[in-house]
This record gives sequence, structure tokens and C-alpha cells, in this order.
Amino acid sequence: MSLQHVTTTVNGDRAEFLCDTMETLLDALRDRLGLTGSKEGCASGDCGACSVMFDGRLVCACLVLAAEADGRKVETIEGMAGTGELHPLQTKFLELGALQCGVCTPGFLVAAKALLEENPDPDETEVRYWLAGNLCRCTGYDKIIRAVLETAADLRGQ
Amino acid sequence: MRYEAPRTLGDATGMLASCQGVARVLAGGTDLLVALRSGFVEPELVVDIKRIPGMAEIVAEDGGWRVGAAVPGAALGRHDGVCRAWPGVVEAVELIGSTQIQGRATMVGNLCNASPAADSVPAMMAAGALARIAGPDGKERDVPVGDVATGPGVTSLAPGELVASIFLPEAPARSGDAYLRLIPRTEMDIAVVGAAVSLTLDDGGCCAAAKVVLGAVGPRALVVEDGAAAIIGTTLDDDSLAALEAAASAAARPIDDKRGTVPYRRKVAGVLARRAARIAGTRAGENR
Amino acid sequence: MELEFTTRTTFDKVGTRPPRPDGTDKVTGRALYGADLAGADMLVGKVLRSPHAHARILAIDTSRARALPGVKAVVTRDDFPDIGPEGTVKGEVEENLWDVARNVMARDKALYEGHAVAAVAATSTAVARQALKLIDITWQVLPHVTDVDEAMRPGAPLVHEDMITAGMDPAPEEPSNIAEYTRIEMGDIEAGFAAADVVVEQTFRTEAAHQGYIEPHACVASASEDGVAELWCCTQGHFSVRDMCANILGMDLASLRVTSSEIGGGFGGKTTVFLEPVALLLSRQSGRPVKMTMSRDEVFRASGPTSSTSITARIGATRDGRITACDASFRYQGGAFAGSPVGYGAVCGMAPYDCPNVDLHCYDVVVNRPKAAAYRAPGAPMAAFAIESLLDEIACKLDIDPVELRLRNAVKEGASSVYGPTFGTIGFVECLEAARDHPSLEAAPGPNQARGIAAGFWPNYGGQTSVTVNVNNDGTVLVSLGTPDIGGSRASMCLMAAEELQIPYERVKAIIADTSALGHNDTTGGSRVTHSAGLATIAASRKVIDTMKRRAAAVWDIDVDAVVWDQGCVRPSGANAGDHEPLTFDAIAAMAPATGGPIAGHAEINAEGAGASFAVHVCDLEVDPETGRVTVLRYLAVQDAGKAIHPDYVEGQYQGGVAQGIGWALNEEYIYGSDGILQNPGFLDYRIPVASDLPMIDTVIVEVPNPGHPYGVRGVGETPIVPPLAAVANAVSRAIGQRMTETPMSPPRILAAIDQAP
Repeated sequence: MSLQHVTTTVNGDRAEFLCDTMETLLDALRDRLGLTGSKEGCASGDCGACSVMFDGRLVCACLVLAAEADGRKVETIEGMAGTGELHPLQTKFLELGALQCGVCTPGFLVAAKALLEENPDPDETEVRYWLAGNLCRCTGYDKIIRAVLETAADLRGQ
Repeated sequence: MRYEAPRTLGDATGMLASCQGVARVLAGGTDLLVALRSGFVEPELVVDIKRIPGMAEIVAEDGGWRVGAAVPGAALGRHDGVCRAWPGVVEAVELIGSTQIQGRATMVGNLCNASPAADSVPAMMAAGALARIAGPDGKERDVPVGDVATGPGVTSLAPGELVASIFLPEAPARSGDAYLRLIPRTEMDIAVVGAAVSLTLDDGGCCAAAKVVLGAVGPRALVVEDGAAAIIGTTLDDDSLAALEAAASAAARPIDDKRGTVPYRRKVAGVLARRAARIAGTRAGENR
Repeated sequence: MELEFTTRTTFDKVGTRPPRPDGTDKVTGRALYGADLAGADMLVGKVLRSPHAHARILAIDTSRARALPGVKAVVTRDDFPDIGPEGTVKGEVEENLWDVARNVMARDKALYEGHAVAAVAATSTAVARQALKLIDITWQVLPHVTDVDEAMRPGAPLVHEDMITAGMDPAPEEPSNIAEYTRIEMGDIEAGFAAADVVVEQTFRTEAAHQGYIEPHACVASASEDGVAELWCCTQGHFSVRDMCANILGMDLASLRVTSSEIGGGFGGKTTVFLEPVALLLSRQSGRPVKMTMSRDEVFRASGPTSSTSITARIGATRDGRITACDASFRYQGGAFAGSPVGYGAVCGMAPYDCPNVDLHCYDVVVNRPKAAAYRAPGAPMAAFAIESLLDEIACKLDIDPVELRLRNAVKEGASSVYGPTFGTIGFVECLEAARDHPSLEAAPGPNQARGIAAGFWPNYGGQTSVTVNVNNDGTVLVSLGTPDIGGSRASMCLMAAEELQIPYERVKAIIADTSALGHNDTTGGSRVTHSAGLATIAASRKVIDTMKRRAAAVWDIDVDAVVWDQGCVRPSGANAGDHEPLTFDAIAAMAPATGGPIAGHAEINAEGAGASFAVHVCDLEVDPETGRVTVLRYLAVQDAGKAIHPDYVEGQYQGGVAQGIGWALNEEYIYGSDGILQNPGFLDYRIPVASDLPMIDTVIVEVPNPGHPYGVRGVGETPIVPPLAAVANAVSRAIGQRMTETPMSPPRILAAIDQAP
């Protein structure tokens, strides 16, 4: 069985890898490119721990074939912080203790960033529904929701 | 497994037709990849249709809208024209999975996965949507959406065929549609019961036409003629909505499974049909 | 060691909310969890699992799998050494090694669907999967039983043909699925019920729940030819992983070094071993590192969910709401092996109440399900569901406010607990009063809405702990801990070290050291870490201070008794000691090379004095009377933390426990078919709460200091999951006018109850 050659863009940089056609984008990110910030919690799109941006849309990397990434643009948690500076969402999560074990955190951050880019002024219900595909078992979501709402307010300059 | 991403519809249907083993179409992939990972299907060929020009487009046609097979829910939900014409279809599509799933999942995929609990199918059927099926001979045919799934996981598509688009017809004046489903949580579940209602009011505010379709209470989405009859010619008053509820419950043919019981599904089918009709009626009244 | 202290109540750093030391790695994706380690030449390990609920394994033929190119090792029951039935290792609880060894790899029988029967290591996932299909097993399928009540009936299929119930006098002659019977008695039960004006009795059932941690089990094992091995894994206790693996595989403890990765949730479920011994064997056989990860369905089918239970309880009370007696029968299944947490459940249920007459019967039952592991306050939520529901029933019958009813019966200092010890300083009354006075109780429930109230208790634990505090020459401090950090404990340890050493929090960092770097540490469990590792961190910090005092005294050439530690400096104790400028912490650290070498403190303790933690929860919800769907509108969690070291993570524990409890109450359950196969091994149908299911969760941190800790700490992790099943059930019951007695209270079950209401 020969491997598929994929050329893609990850966090702004050109990336190439060989993969089995059965491999998912998540497998390729983690095992071929060493980007283990995206986590596998379920491999069925139910937990959101592998949330990435794929050609500008929020998706679960476990539900994308690696081969589909050819010529596309992928953004992962590893690309979220600027050079030497955290994204405001990352800072706020730390400030409010919006994480416990932290394994769902990369997925929440990627998803929350996508929300704020689309809707800079979401209400609590909108945040909760947007993030319903990101499971957290530690926090009861309270501090996560607060962190997203507060970051949104900060970014709006309020 | 061979992965192909053809650039034309003809190439796609040709590949599907010439495959000797199991072949699968990949649109959003939100059902297919789960099946692949669990080993539920082991296809010889996967044909990714997203690189075919036009597949991810929504275009106006005859007063209605043609939605390509690779249009993800997120794109449909942001399309003002479709949202205005068929809010019930859009809300049904948007109920499929999370934001992340919406970034990928398509209405056509939901249809061709042929789950009895598919959210968008009852809504599309109530809207009178047509599926355009492309075949390996280059021919296309249009069939009512309700004719695509024939049972759980089974479709009427012939080898080499795929659904290329869905046509949502022009919504008549003073019409409205709605879809409701029951899930134990607020998100991320498969429908225990789904109910779609589409209706049109006459100038006097009476219901002139209606379609009532239930999901997850039979091997495929179920048209409830008696339910529509119960509200046609009425002002959607409490008594006629009660009659609709009774008709929907009576029509339901549910099973007991891990997601719900027969008596529960039967009762809730009626409740949701009634509630959906009320919403559809309100929308129709606002839609002059 | 003895640490002398009086519990202090004023703090400089403790009680603040600084960012955690491991935080940046976790928000940037850098933190390495169980599945994130990759090594050169690494193989992929996969497990073949039983498709049957109960079956004898007549033969295993691995020859076809071994012949597949790329397969480097195959292990089965034949590769495990035989160990005696007596040995135990402490995880969260004492675990029998014979059972653990048989749980990680089936021997004569597969005891549940998902039970491991063979494993392979191969050069890729695809090859490993293919190899599993080439292993031929000859099965003899046996009758099975998965329900706890059915398993107790005479004639039920026997999970272990030779199991004679322990704890019965005389011992039964016939084997059964009842592993152990325990009776807990206090007072005169008959007199107690005779004194009651009102008696309520019900049978309650709870379905099994899973801890639902988002990170599946994962490990990397690397065994050398000289018998030494290394293991990387996500666990709540790498020392117990080492002890279990070494004992199961016949290694000595020094030959196995275990490193705990960052852990993506545990809640008790990562306190034992599943993959680890198998990965070590595969690595030993192949001579290469082997990585194993569970898929989500393996996590559900083959890790350690909690018990399903059946509880019959009866409570009597006087007209004015004084509890006079409680008798109950607790039936908990622990999966395919003995060890359900029935005893914890029985004592925790009534522990909050001063009830003089108690008679509790506990049955530990085996069934054809995965071996239960600890789950947050093991056993207690189910018992509290029964007891707190009956108290609600009494409150309704006597028309007494449910908080007031509990206040009339609340245990106070000096009360004797049903589990033995006399209560010391506790804060249950303070929690009840805080709940009663909270503004969220002012809102009156609307139509189809109701309020449910329930209390909860967990005794908390201390245990063996070893901590090292190293001072660098620049005055920064490194704390080495052996208790995996599952929710922010490194931040709490840094705060306590900074408080004790009187240096800035930012100058202290903490790591979780591997098993070769510290003395033994018990597992992170029993809500013990902030208490026990905190005690050890404080003790080790005080040793640092003692050393610093000695160093300064030597520099000044005065007696060590003539110096004091004051505000981060060593000073002469008075004018008699001489006129020396105070030496700061940093100055003494810088002088270390010249004054005797590195400065460090370490503490090895077996912590006692864990303070019990009580909670009171208030749940407001609405029931859709036509569909049975529940919407939680408001939730308040009040709990005694003794002293909240880092309040963010205390609140986080309360909120997280509540969310898990609400999930268990409303939707989470193990669903078995009549074939004994788990029908919902995934997050799609094992429905843990999602963000849109929950409201904000209000918290009140009550602080009644624990005199057993220098800062007054009480463990807080487990108590928050104890009340929610009952709080939700009491609210639903009041909303629909019908007592709910089973979890999950799913929409079909609630609608059926509504339909049955008179």
C-alpha cells in the first residue's frame, strides 16, 4: 500500500507529509507533523478536542481525511499565540482559571477564537451553543464561558 | 482504500461506477469518517466531491434555491435567501451536530446517510424539495427527497449515482415551515423524535395547504397525511392542532431503542408536530 | 515526621488567584499528555477484546497474527506470570493484584464485553489492527448477568464459580455473585423506628456512570534487555502504577521508572492499570518502545466505570423533624471483580445527620461488566440520592423547609459518625446557613419549576506523601511533587511554599517528579493532595527555613537559637545576638555554595488530620410536562473548603462536580442489551453535559478551618458530586408531584412518571 503525498499549509507555513489514505487530518497533524496540541478525545466528532480551522471553517480534525488537506489551509492551537505573546483568549483562560486538566483547552480556544471572529458580541447563550461541540468534564463550563464573554468585551474595548 | 478527488461530476460518477468493491462518496465526511474509523465500512474507493466546481454553491433557480451537495451547514445557515424562504429547513440542517460538524456536514450527506433520525430530511420533504441525481451515463434525474432513503442506511441510488444537489422550490406567499426535534440534551444528540411542518395560509388566515413529516419514528421519514388534513381549512386553533397531534401520534411507527421507548416517541411525535405547526403558522402569518 | 503547628487564619499569598505554573503550556498546546509522546522506533500496541459478555476461552491461536509482516510482538494470558491471590497494592483504594492482573488480560474466561484477551505490537496502526483480526479464539459462550439485583438472585449465572460471600457468619456453602456482606450498626434500630411519627421507605436505583475524562488512557513503555523498564502514562498515581505493574510482571520496584504525563482528567478512573502492564510485556517481547492508546469506545467498554446500584432505605422521624432511625440495604455491583465502593456509600449517606439508630446492610456484588474503578466520592452519590430523597419526602410530609429539616439534624463537632470517628471541627451547619441565606433562594419557582435541596459529605483522606523543595542560588524555588496534578494542585503547592517561605509566588515552580526521584506517594485521590502534599510542602519549606537560619547563624558566628525567621529574612533575635543586617532569602540562597552547599528541604509523611467536607446544593429546574425534558435554571453549590488555597480551582471543583452530577442525574448511563453488550460506548449516546445544557453554577466557599492542617485546608474535590443526584431528583419530584427513584431521570422516564401521577 503506497502512501499519499500531501502538500498543505499549517499555521501559515508550507507543510508536506506522506500518509495512509485512511489517516485523518488529526492523525497527520499529531503523528506526521508532531503537532500534538490537537487532542483525540473521541475520533467521532463528539468532543471537539481536535478543533482546528480548515480553510477558514471550524472543524474537527478527526473528521477530515489527511488527504483532503492537500492545497488547503489548516490552523491549529500551535499557531494561536503571536510571537512571544499569547492571544487574549489564552491570557483570559489563565487569568480566570478556565481550565483544570487542560486537555480540552486547545479545542475550546480554537473554537472560541472562531466565534469571536464571526460574532464579536455574543451573549451567554450564543457562546454556550457555539461551544456545545467542545466537551469539558472538569470545569462545568462556567469559567470557560465567562472567559470567552470577558475576552469578547475586552476586544470590543469595553 | 483509494482516495480520489475528481474535478468533474462525470469523473466522479465514472469512478463510482467502475469500482468493483465498496465505494463511498465523501462530502462533509461527518458520517463517513466515523464509519471508517469504527471499521463499520471498509471501502475500496472514496470519492471526494468537494473539488468539483459548483458543488459548494447555492444558486437561485426558478424562484427557489439549488443547494450543492458539498454546501456545509454553516454556509447554508448564513445564506439570507434560503433562510428567508425555508427557515424550517435551515433550522433542521443547523441542528445536525456541533459548530464543528456544521463546518463540514451537508444536507445531501444527511439525506444519503439514510438515517431514520436525519434532521434535515423531514424538513426538506415538508418543503417539497427535490434531489438531483447524477448518473454515470451523464444523465440527471430529479426525485422527491422522500424517495432517496428507502430504509435505515439504504438508498434508492443505483451504483455510480450520486446526489449532486437539492432543489428547494419557491416558497409560496404566506407560507412558513418549522422543524423541531426532541433530544435529551440541548445539542450533540441524535433526534429521538423529529417533526417538520410546512404550511400556507390563505388571505383569511386559514391554512390552505400543509405537509407534516415525522423523523425517527419509522424506518424512514414519515409523511402524515392525516395530520395535514387535520389543519387544512382551519385557523390552526387549539382543536385542530389537537387533531394534528393525535394524527401524528397515531401515524408514528417507532421502535424501542437506547434513545427512546415506543410510547414516549409516539406521544412526543404528536407534541412536536403540534408545536412545529404553531411556529410554522406564525411564520406564515408574518410572511406576506 | 512530626509537624507542629497551630492552624493559621491570616495569609499573604494563600487565597489569591495567580495564574497556574503549568497554564501557559496548556493554553498553547505544548503540554504533553499520555498520547503525546513519540519516540524513535516506536511500535503501536493494540488490544483484542472480548465480543462476549461472558465466555470461556478454550484456545487462543496467535500464529497467523505473528506471521503478518510488521508484527513484532503478541501477548496473551500465557505471557503473564502466575501471582498469588493475596497481594494488594493501594491505588485510590486497596486493589487485589490477582484481580488487577486478570482484569488487564483475561485468563480462563472473558468476564465482560471488552475484556482484553490478547494484544499485539506492530509497526503501524493499520498493521496492528490487521493483526488483531488474525488472532483466532475458540470461545465457549456462557450465560451472563449485568444487573445487580438479578446477579444476587439464586441461580444467577456465576461470574466466579468459586466465590463464597465473605463477611457472613456462618459462611454460605454455595457460591454466589455476592463477594462480601458488611453490616454497620449503631444504637437500637427498633426503638428508633418506634419513636418515629413518620416513616418513609423507597427503593432507589442508579445506573452506572463513567468518569468521562476527555483524555483516553495512553502510555509508552520501553523495556531494556537488562530487565529495567521505563513507562510514560497518564495516571493519577504513577507510584501505584509502578507497584501494580512491577508486582504483576514480577519486577522489582527499582527496575521500573514511571513518569506521569500531564493528565487529561481522571476523577478516580485513572487510579489503576489497564494498558500499562500489557505495553511493558509487548516492549519486552519486541525490544522496542511500544505506545498504546485506548479509543473512546475502549474507554467505555474496558476501563473502570462506577457501580450501578439498588438501594432500599427507610428513615423515621418525629413530628418536629428529628431523625430517629435509618435502616438500609445497599447493593452495589463492582463489575467483574470484588471491590465496589458500597461501604463508602453506606457510611456517607447518613454521615451528615445525627441519627442515633442505624442499621446498614452492604452487598458487594460481581456482574459481567468492566471492573469498577473509583469515581469521585466513590459510592457516595448513589447513597446520598436515596437518603436525601427520603429526607425530602419527610420534609414534604411534615411541611418543613428542607434546609430547616437538615439544620435540625445536622452533625456538629463531637457527634459520633456512623463510620467510626467522632467529628472534629466541621462546617455542615455553616453550609446549611449559607445556602438558606443565599440570594438565589429568593426567586420563587414558576410553573413547572421547582427547587431541590440536598446535602453531601466526603470524609477526605491523607496518606503517604513525599515532597522536595529545592532552593536555587538565585533564590528561586522548585517544588518536586509525586502527586499528579489533575486540576491545578501545582499552583496550590507553589502558593503554600511561597506563603511559608515568604517569597513571591512567581519565584516558585512545581513539577511532578517521576518515581525514581522521590519517595513513595499515594495516588491523587480521596481529595487528599491539597491537604497531604500541602502538609509535606509546608514541612519541607520549614526545613528550608531551618537550614537558612543555620547558615545565617554560622555566617554571623552566633548560635542558631539567636536568629529568627521574619518576613522572608533571617534576623538576629534581639540586641544580645549582635548587630547584623538581616539576610534575605535570596542572599542566603546566593551564599549557599560557600556556606555548606545546596539548600533543600524534604518531607516524607503519612498525612493524618484530613478534615471532612460537607456541601449543600440547591437546584432550580423546569420540567417540560409534555416531553419530560428538564432544563436546569439555576444551581448553587455551597461547600466547606476549610481554607481555599487557590479559590479559582476550589470553585472549579465545585462547578465540575455539579456538572458531572447533573449529567449522572439526567442523562448518563451504561445501557446494556439483553446480550450483555454495551450499546452506548461513545460520547454520542453516553450523554455528558455540554455547555448549552448548563447554567452558570453559583458557588459559596465556606471556610471552617480544619485543625488538622496548618492552613486549615480540607479536600474539596469529591464532595461536590455527592448532592447533585438528589438535588436534581428532589427538584424534579417536586415539579411533577411524583417521587423519582431512578437515575438517569431521562425524558422518557420523567414523562412516564408524569403519566403515572395521580
